[in-house]
Order: sequence, then C-alpha cells, then structure tokens
Amino acid sequence: MKRRFHLTLPLICFLTPVLLWLLLLIVLPHVELLRMSLRTEDFGGDPAWGVANFMNFFKEPIYWLTFVRTAVYSIMVTVMTFIVAMPVAFYITKVVAPRFQGFLMMLLLMPFWVSELVRVYGWMILLRESGVINHFLTGLGILNQPIEMLYNDVTMVMGLVYTSMLFMAVPLVSVLESLDDSLIEAAYDLGANMGTILFRIVIPHAMPGIVSGSIVVFMLTLGNYLTPNLMGGKNSLWFTEQIYNQFIASFNWNQGSAFGFLLLVLSSLVIWVGLKLTRQKLSRVVQ
Amino acid sequence: MQIDLSVQRVSKTFGDFTAVDDVSFDVPQGQFFSILGPSGCGKTTLLRMIAGFTEPSRGKIEIRGADMAGVSPNRRPVNLIFQHLALFPMMTVAQNIAFGLQRRREKRADIQQKITRILERVDLPGFEDKAIDQLSGGQKQRVAIARCLVLEPAVLLLDEPLGALDLKLREQMKVELKKLQAQVGTTFVYITHDQSEALVMSDHVAVMNQGHFEQVDTPQNLYHQPQTSFVSRFVGDNNAWSGVVKRCETEIVDIETPSGQHFRTRATVPLTPGTAVDLFLRPEAMIIQPAADLPNLNRFEVIVKSLLFDGANSRLLANPLNDDTELLIALPQNRQFDHIRRDDRIEVAWDEQSGICFASLE
Repeated sequence: MKRRFHLTLPLICFLTPVLLWLLLLIVLPHVELLRMSLRTEDFGGDPAWGVANFMNFFKEPIYWLTFVRTAVYSIMVTVMTFIVAMPVAFYITKVVAPRFQGFLMMLLLMPFWVSELVRVYGWMILLRESGVINHFLTGLGILNQPIEMLYNDVTMVMGLVYTSMLFMAVPLVSVLESLDDSLIEAAYDLGANMGTILFRIVIPHAMPGIVSGSIVVFMLTLGNYLTPNLMGGKNSLWFTEQIYNQFIASFNWNQGSAFGFLLLVLSSLVIWVGLKLTRQKLSRVVQ
Repeated sequence: MQIDLSVQRVSKTFGDFTAVDDVSFDVPQGQFFSILGPSGCGKTTLLRMIAGFTEPSRGKIEIRGADMAGVSPNRRPVNLIFQHLALFPMMTVAQNIAFGLQRRREKRADIQQKITRILERVDLPGFEDKAIDQLSGGQKQRVAIARCLVLEPAVLLLDEPLGALDLKLREQMKVELKKLQAQVGTTFVYITHDQSEALVMSDHVAVMNQGHFEQVDTPQNLYHQPQTSFVSRFVGDNNAWSGVVKRCETEIVDIETPSGQHFRTRATVPLTPGTAVDLFLRPEAMIIQPAADLPNLNRFEVIVKSLLFDGANSRLLANPLNDDTELLIALPQNRQFDHIRRDDRIEVAWDEQSGICFASLE
C-alpha cells in the first residue's frame, strides 16, 4: 500500500529552501533562456517570436559540426574514462590489502584538491612547446626541435579524461566494494577465466555504478569549457565555446540561448539512450 | 578402491603462523568425508588449498592420482560450495547452473538437458527461470549444490554451507544432503564446526585442532573411542574430571580426583601411577539409581541442581556430595524417574568400561 503524501509543517520547512533554489536558480533562468531563444526580428527589424535562432544552427555547418563533434568526443571521453578507471577501482577494492585502500583513495582524490584551472595549467606547463617534456626530449636528443603538443584533439581528450577520472572512479569503487569476493572465486572455481569473470560477473554487478559514473562524466565533459578552451585551443572547437562566443563575443544572447537549449536536449537524449541500452533505471542509478 | 583425493603432508604457513600443520589423509571414491574443528583451526585454509585458491607451503595434493601443484582453480576437477553459497544474483537459476557447462563449451541442447535433470535431482523441477532472490534459504542451498554437481566433479568441497540456515531447516538439509550424496555417489569433503552435522552425514570424520588432525575415524569410533582428550571434549557432550592415577591393572586404572573420589576406568594407553589424567564420561553412561547387584560400577551420590528437560535429550545437572563439579546425567524419558526433583539426593553409577582417560597435557 502506498503511503499518502501529507504536506506537514516540518516538511514545508525542509522543502522550501530546496524548492526556492530549484525555482530561482534553475527553473526561472531556463524559462528566460527559452523565451530569449525564441525571440527574433521580423523583416522590419522589430522584435518578434520565431525559430530563426534554431534555424541558424542547422544552416551554418560550423555550428552543427561542432555540436556533433562535441557529442562524439564526450561519449569517447566517457568510454575512455571508464577503461582507465575500472582497473584502478578494481585494484583498490579487490587486489590491494584493506589497510592501503584508504591511502590509495586519498592519492586518487589529491589532484582534485586544486582547482581544475590550476591542473590544466599544470598540463600546459608540461606539454607546451617550451614545456618540460619538450625540454627533456630535446635534451636527450630524441627530438631535434621542440614540437607543439598542445592545441590538438588528442591532448584535449587526454585532459578531459584526466579531469573526469575521479567522477568515474568513486562510483566504481563503491559498487565494486559491494561485490562479494566469493562470487569471483565461485566463477573461477566453476571454470571461468579472467575475461569471463569480468564480463559475466564483475561488469553486470557494477552496471549501476558504471552508468551513474558515465552520466556524471558525460555531462561534465559535454558542459566543460575550461579544458577544451585551454588545451584544445582554436583547433579543437567545443560547443560550449560557441555558446560563449554568442553571449560574450557577438552579444547575441538570443542565439546563445538557443545553443544552450540544444546542448541541454543533446545531453538528455544521450543519457536516455544510454539508460535504454544498458537497461538501467535512472532512479536506481542515482542511488 | 580408487582414491579420489589424497592429501600428503600438507602444511600452510602465513608468516610465523602455521594454519595447517603436516596434514595427511586419503578420501576413497564415493565417501562422505568431514573435517570437524573449532573456528580458526585451519579447516577453511585446508579446503581452499584443495580447491586451488591457496597453494600449500609444503606437501602434495593429488586428485584422482594427478598432482595439483600449480593447477589453477578453474582447471581442477573439484568444485567448492561456498559458506554463503555465492550464487550469481545477476543470473537466473538456469544461468547459474549453466555457467560451468558453458565454460566447457558444451552444446546448448546438452546444457538444457543437464539443467533439467539436475534440478529434478535436487527437487526443484521447473525452477529454471526463477531469480536467485526469489528463492528460500533451502532452495538456494540446493541450487548451489546443483550448480556444482552438474559439472560432475571428482570431489565436491563444502565449506559449512548449512551455517546460515535456521535450526529446523539445517536438520532437514543434513538428511537431504546425506541422501543426495548416496544417490549421486560423488565424493564429498565437508568442513564444519558443528559436530552433529559431521556425525550425522559422514562416513569418516577428521577432527582438526590447531592445524593438525587429532583423529580420523568413523563417527561411531570418534564418539565411543576418542583417541585424544581434545576429541573427547569436542565430539559430543562429556563430563570431565581431572585426577591422578593411583593404581594400574591391565586396561583399567584407578584414579583419584582432587576431592578424594575414586574411579576405576579404562585407559587407551598404559599409564604409570602418579600421572595426572583427564577422565571423560558421556552423560548417557550414567545410570540413575542402579540395581544393588550390578558389578564393576563406580557408585556415588549426587545432589540434583536442576532438571534440563529437552524431550529425548533431557538431562540432570547435578553435583557430587563433596564436590562442586557439575555433572550432566542423561535422564531417560521413560517416566521411571519422574519423581526426581531439584535438591534430591540420588545414587548414580557408571560402568568402568564406559569412562575413558588420557594423560593430561600440561
């Protein structure tokens, strides 16, 4: 039997801040963005309602190409983050002695004590033409002259994977911790090899963690501005940079709002498809 | 008779700690062999060495004559039933049972047939598509057994699988497991700390203590002819006295307890006068109010402290007159002793052949 939902005074007290937060900082700005994105000019140059801002997106290849690129790269970054984080999480939870687990988690967390900006600048110091790595490689005679390692897709993807690692590793660690070791041993005892154990036992068990980690990583990557801007530069356009340009460079807030909404639709769509493909429920994944 | 499992002088040390100390035993085909011992005695380590999860520090394990050194668990012809069963919760009953068969790349039709057959064998026909969390404790037990038996292992290892069940179900599963083993004829190696499980089900029981085997014998012999004082204490209930040997005859010794009581009892090994000994006596060896003309009895009087009524397993808790040792005395429920009350003074006796004594370990 379902319990009736009663609006009591304590409940109102607790809910009010949350609802105010949601309403004032999330719902209202988005309504305003939506309103702006649908404002355009008629032939006479007077303000009018219309979908011209959205039409611009489809008419101009640079816009939708960047959009598709951002989506594909975000999915790629999510997959790569999973591939990197899974062995790390497995090692921390199942292989290493329990007393080192906390220490290793600490090591994993440590880079995230400094802001993303500082970390990205750290990478830039390492990778730029006059940077540490180039200095060493030329010094050792492996390279004749320094090469520019920044401002390309590979570096940008690497930077994004690095930035997102923790958000994948933490849910994976917590979900793998709940995996009973004897399940792995039982599979081993029944004749399974390591691959079978991974794909039939570990990954099915870890699925909620994988999906929730993927959602977070995907959303953060899709909406990331800093890393693509600093590490990708002008050669690796990210859709958030297009939005920024519309708002700040072109002062075209109506166009920027339309792009913002398209990004929101994109991320919702990809996550919905992801949940359907992995047969997970959002309510279970966010637990 | 073919030996399915042969453990030869196996030891396992972890740093300074010796978990298993020079253990040897053979299990012939079709036998139900139990390893009985208190928790921490090394029995799980021994089992994990047979399954292949741990390598022995010394010694050799052979399964059907093949040396298992360096053979990984997935290549050994043994299967292990885990303490908490370790059924795969993400799979159905049929998928759980099929798991091992698929690893052997058997044909789909064969797998289907084997699943149906094994589920009938464990009395769960039609359970193929059930999820694991839909099953009761006893049903999970049977699925775990089916999952291993379907692979027809040379030896089935069981790591206290009944531990998590409630008492009633445990009693029932004990009988079922014994019946099942007799039907399929697979060699079982069962480890437990519950002496009743070991005694009821096994053909042979090894009593294990601090890493070594105290005695390997049939359940009857363990109960009636214990070889060490640990076995006497651990297997079944016992009354224990400490004492000193006063006089020795052939097989019968005269013992004096610290409170001055004299008992005549048998000893397994010759003892010299003056040796400190432990004397053990089963509660059911005590005769309440014996007839006056019975020979060879140790007679003495006790004061009843309490009546422990437990159906067929009822006992009296009593103190000897000049002593505060607590004695357990079996109380037959044939209505003959219904008059006995608390604080009654009654005569009890035991035959000198029914007690057993060992030199005490000091």
